[in-house]
Amino acid sequence: MSPAIQTERLCKQFGTVEALREASLSVAEAELFGLIGADGAGKTTLLRILATLLVPDSGKATMLGLDTVAGYREIRTRIGYMPGRFSLYQDLSVEENLNFFATVFGATVEENYNLIRDIYAQLEPFRKRRAGQLSGGMKQKLALCCALVHRPELLLLDEPTTGVDAVSRQEFWQMLQRLKAQGITILVSTPYMDEAVLCDRVAFMQEGRILAIDTPQGITKLFTRPLFAVRGSDRHKLIAELRSYEHARSAYAFGNSVHYTDARETADPSELASWLRSRGFDDATVERIAPGIEDTFMALMEEKPKELADG
Amino acid sequence: MAEAVIQTEKLTRKFGSFTAVDEISFSVASGEIFGFLGANGAGKTTAMKMLTGLLAPTSGEATVAGFDVYRETESIRRNIGYMSQRFSLYDDLTPRENIRFFGGIYGLGSSELREKGERLLDSLDLQESADTRLAALPLGWKQKLAFSVALLHEPKLIFLDEPTGGVDPVTRRRFWDMIYDATDRGVTVFVTTHYMDEAEYCDRVSIMVDGRIAALDTPAMLKKQFAAETMNEVFIQLARPAKRGEG
Ligand SMILES: Nc1ncnc2c1ncn2[C@@H]1O[C@H](COP(=O)(O)OP(=O)(O)OP(=O)(O)O)[C@@H](O)[C@H]1O
Ligand SMILES: [Mg+2]
Repeated sequence: MSPAIQTERLCKQFGTVEALREASLSVAEAELFGLIGADGAGKTTLLRILATLLVPDSGKATMLGLDTVAGYREIRTRIGYMPGRFSLYQDLSVEENLNFFATVFGATVEENYNLIRDIYAQLEPFRKRRAGQLSGGMKQKLALCCALVHRPELLLLDEPTTGVDAVSRQEFWQMLQRLKAQGITILVSTPYMDEAVLCDRVAFMQEGRILAIDTPQGITKLFTRPLFAVRGSDRHKLIAELRSYEHARSAYAFGNSVHYTDARETADPSELASWLRSRGFDDATVERIAPGIEDTFMALMEEKPKELADG
Repeated sequence: MAEAVIQTEKLTRKFGSFTAVDEISFSVASGEIFGFLGANGAGKTTAMKMLTGLLAPTSGEATVAGFDVYRETESIRRNIGYMSQRFSLYDDLTPRENIRFFGGIYGLGSSELREKGERLLDSLDLQESADTRLAALPLGWKQKLAFSVALLHEPKLIFLDEPTGGVDPVTRRRFWDMIYDATDRGVTVFVTTHYMDEAEYCDRVSIMVDGRIAALDTPAMLKKQFAAETMNEVFIQLARPAKRGEG
């Protein structure tokens, strides 16, 4: 079976900025595929080329077997695209926006209601309200419903949950899983690593390049250094102190603990604990932990692209 | 306890018959990092607009930095910094132009502005890009600049509305390093976020549900109160039942 999305060595330059450098990937039908990477890594450029809104300088891309340049008309009717910035009509009401997007694609809200019900139900009490008067996260939910309302075969979502609260993010990802079960292919970029974990596969992008494509579990194998969770009072001072340790590679706040990465091949938690005590952190505890995808993401971001390519 | 820099009493805002903020009463002490959480539409931005003097309350009382939110909005604005949700600098202006523009709004004189602006560009290592349009700069730099511009007039209190929304894990943490640096200099921070790990970095946290404050305490006490391991669990327990319609 041919892939739902295929890109070959896509390049795109804006002025002096190389937004995409030979980006190649392939997404299978009904796959839930994530794009992760720092801001400016090229995620949005890639999504816009696939949405046929941007023409690559070189390389080629197909969506549902159609070339994104030659076949853009048909592609546009068969996919849903949710841009990072709002695409809503601020002066139209919630329900007018939804009807508008359905009509453009020759669909009706009623026939596809079951697709958007979970998210739209939260907006329904406000259906007469103008989109411009919705809260930030409510606008994001409406934009998503608008991208879905014509029942596309393939969805491109650019950071769809930015500004969405923690409860709705959970519901949103449950909805993506259901869409996937119905055979819809989804390519989604996200800054949330707890969402990246829910994808079948993810691509890690940096400076326009795709540096790794793997399952979330596979990505975490790229993290090879010793990783410790450090707990103690006054987290701010603790982080500063850990960063000054001679073997430190990095120290980052992680909820109620600090994740410390050692620059050496092997390291002993008790050694770090006693060093901390010698620096006056009497209550500090150090525990070895397995890296999660957020640890790996941060380690990859700190790596020079070259180290990665060679490594 | 340190003096209160924000004090509200039954602060309320209605839009027509809909009550967006419903009698909230709380206070924020000087030097605190106060996390202002809540589900989408709970009323956070609306409350913040009242506290920054941008939106008149319908009823209730509030003082911010000692000034009244009804009568002294001008003084409030000169004494606080504010980073709004999404748009806080102009993308088509350069860093230097943004500093001049916003410094002017905050009431800085032109010579003071020039001097502070140059010092800021130096300290952010932005001199080389000082005349590049903001749109071309990385998000991490823009945010740093937006934060510093909001502090240019040296306010004692800063309001941050989802400052890290859509930001990658490393840049997000760098932003919190800046927040901590500001509190080390005595600035009080009032911040909203949908990242529950960031709730752990606050001294105290309030959680709004349907316009009301449903819980307010330190992260440790909230986790204890709701028998939860993480702030994410606390939030989900409180926010899940929230469902409100047109009032
Ligand atoms: N000008 C307005 N007219 C009518 N309703 C409004 C107006 N401004 C805000 N609201 C409503 O008030 C409620 C609270 O909105 P607010 O922006 O304060 O939420 P929020 O807590 O900041 O949400 P988010 O996390 O999504 O940013 C929402 O239902 C919103 O639609
Ligand atoms: Mg808001």
